Amino acid sequence: MQGRNLIYDGTFDGFLSAVFFVFEHKLRAVVIQNKFEMQLGLFSDAETIITEEDKANRVWKGVKSKLSPKGSYQLYYAFLSEQKGVEAILLDYITYAFSNAQSVDKDYSHPSVLKIAQIAKSVGREKHRMEAFVRFRLTKDDIYFSNIEPDFNVLPLISKHFKRRYADQKWVIYDIKRGYGLYYDLDKVEIINMEFPADFKFTKTDSEFFQEHELEFQKLWKDYFKSTNIESRKNMKLHIRHVPKRYWKYLSEKQPN
Amino acid sequence: MSFQRTQEKLKILSDAAKYDVSCSSSGSKRANTNKGIGDATGMGICHSYTEDGRCVSLLKILLTNYCIFDCAYCVTRKSNDIKRAAFKVQEVVDLTINFYRRNYIEGLFLSSGIFKNADYTMERLVAVAKKLRTEENFNGYIHLKSIPGASDELMREAGLYADRLSVNIEIPTKDGLKKLAPDKKHEDFIKPMKKVKNEIIQFKEEKKIIKSTPKYAPAGQSTQMIIGASGENDFQIMQTSNYFYKSYNLKRVYYSGYVPISYDNRLPQIGSAVPILRENRLYQTDWLMRFYGFEFSEILNERNQNLDLDIDPKLSWALRNLHEFPVDINSADKRMLARIPGLGMKSVYKILNARRFRKLNWEHLKKIGVALNRAQYFMICDSSKFEKRDLTSEKIKGLILQNSKSKYQQSLSNQLNLFG
Ligand code: SF4
Repeated sequence: MQGRNLIYDGTFDGFLSAVFFVFEHKLRAVVIQNKFEMQLGLFSDAETIITEEDKANRVWKGVKSKLSPKGSYQLYYAFLSEQKGVEAILLDYITYAFSNAQSVDKDYSHPSVLKIAQIAKSVGREKHRMEAFVRFRLTKDDIYFSNIEPDFNVLPLISKHFKRRYADQKWVIYDIKRGYGLYYDLDKVEIINMEFPADFKFTKTDSEFFQEHELEFQKLWKDYFKSTNIESRKNMKLHIRHVPKRYWKYLSEKQPN
Repeated sequence: MSFQRTQEKLKILSDAAKYDVSCSSSGSKRANTNKGIGDATGMGICHSYTEDGRCVSLLKILLTNYCIFDCAYCVTRKSNDIKRAAFKVQEVVDLTINFYRRNYIEGLFLSSGIFKNADYTMERLVAVAKKLRTEENFNGYIHLKSIPGASDELMREAGLYADRLSVNIEIPTKDGLKKLAPDKKHEDFIKPMKKVKNEIIQFKEEKKIIKSTPKYAPAGQSTQMIIGASGENDFQIMQTSNYFYKSYNLKRVYYSGYVPISYDNRLPQIGSAVPILRENRLYQTDWLMRFYGFEFSEILNERNQNLDLDIDPKLSWALRNLHEFPVDINSADKRMLARIPGLGMKSVYKILNARRFRKLNWEHLKKIGVALNRAQYFMICDSSKFEKRDLTSEKIKGLILQNSKSKYQQSLSNQLNLFG
């Protein structure tokens, strides 16, 4: 049988629906592609998979019964990496898991298991980085606002952390790269899309939008950051490994004076 | 809060606090209650890193840098001609809350110079913690310094609000202490430490019977020693460390390479290098004792009083004990796997897991992330290729250093990260 090309809508449920389709039709050579990445022409024979929650749930339930909790969350993490071709590795992993009686998620000598573990680790690292590097600024509407540009799509992973921690303040964490954000209204977290005014700059704390004291706290924090450093132990290589330069843009302590 | 005034105080009082290297904010189990602010249940987060590569997770400040004592190694000492300042209790509370809300920090680490006397000082530290917990409903992390000589009652109260308490021994030997901090008595350090230890034990007992027993210092106690200020050797340092771990159930001992801050001729002079590599070797030793199943005396003893600087302490131990090797990766128990140079605990667990599926060879190990350049001389795996020459310790050491210079340096600084 010829290879098949399946296109899904980019969501996790969509991907799982595609996996369902693969198993249902016992497909062998198959490529699963996110519709945003689809290369026209190359896949003129592509089939669009409709996202069906119950099918997705059935696959996910199966996966969970086959793997340890860590194994299944690694799959989800790896999916959120949005890495090109990650679907193929995920599919290979899931196929391997279903064909094995015992749980395979610790079989690091299997190439897909190892690869997924590695990708999941990078996504996990990005999740931790965002939990660390989010910097809220208090807006005139009393909302603690933060903008980020993570390497991977980690908003779904950090929501719980921030909700638990900042239960008594309204906050927004906005992923500028992916154009959506989380909004906590003192009760629940919602996914939001925002339109920013033309003169709004993400790196600037403009008094038109932010509270009067906001800049002062940033200044205090920056001072603190500077004076807690021990000059005679300076080690910029180590510093940059921990706080890679691509994250500096939105860190209050790294803003120019 | 007057911005300018606060700004100046913050500069002075954070500058004076920075020599305390402990910045851990993990190990507590304080969850957000009643929709308050903060949560200290998980692993502590490093929100930033200083340019010297250390984790910034807590707002680390002194309440005041006025001090009646004159410890030679301390910038805050009475005889030092510096600017002095003191925070009001409310100022510290406001700063902490505002930094926390912006996701700058995990909480507060509050220490202090001793003004008037030990209890007067301790009382104020406790007041800050109490206000944060009871008035602000703050559930973030609080680390308070136990002031040497503070009363049992105050130490008891401190533990009800703080997650961690620490009292820094600073000088590893009694003789050194006498020489450099003549105002301080060894007993004064021990007293609050003992009280806190007993309270923690009592809390655990009561907790078994009454579920709602209020938490007492859930992240335990720690201490710090300054390295290289009083001529002590590594054996003495780790002996003291081992003693405090065992006798006072400490969670952590920190080692802080002495940063010269004075022309006092009892001390290394300004401009002499901070012993960063030595500090790192001590942390590695500490790690081996706590997580790798090594006994203190296996690493340091009467015959080996100082750690090698050019190789890590596990490799040193292995080279002194070649008769224990090679270890078979596919059959050895956890204890011996953990003793192979180049194998971290993470790799050990990965090996234990992976080998249930198939016998492991070099290729598998490389993928798992084992530092084979070191490990290869000490192990065999599912391969006919292994080190067959009967190499001496000297020879192995030479080969490792020569073949892996850059990679070795890399892993060295990697391990530095571990201890942020
Ligand atoms: S008592 Fe503490 S603050 Fe005062 S000089 Fe000694 S070490 Fe420094």
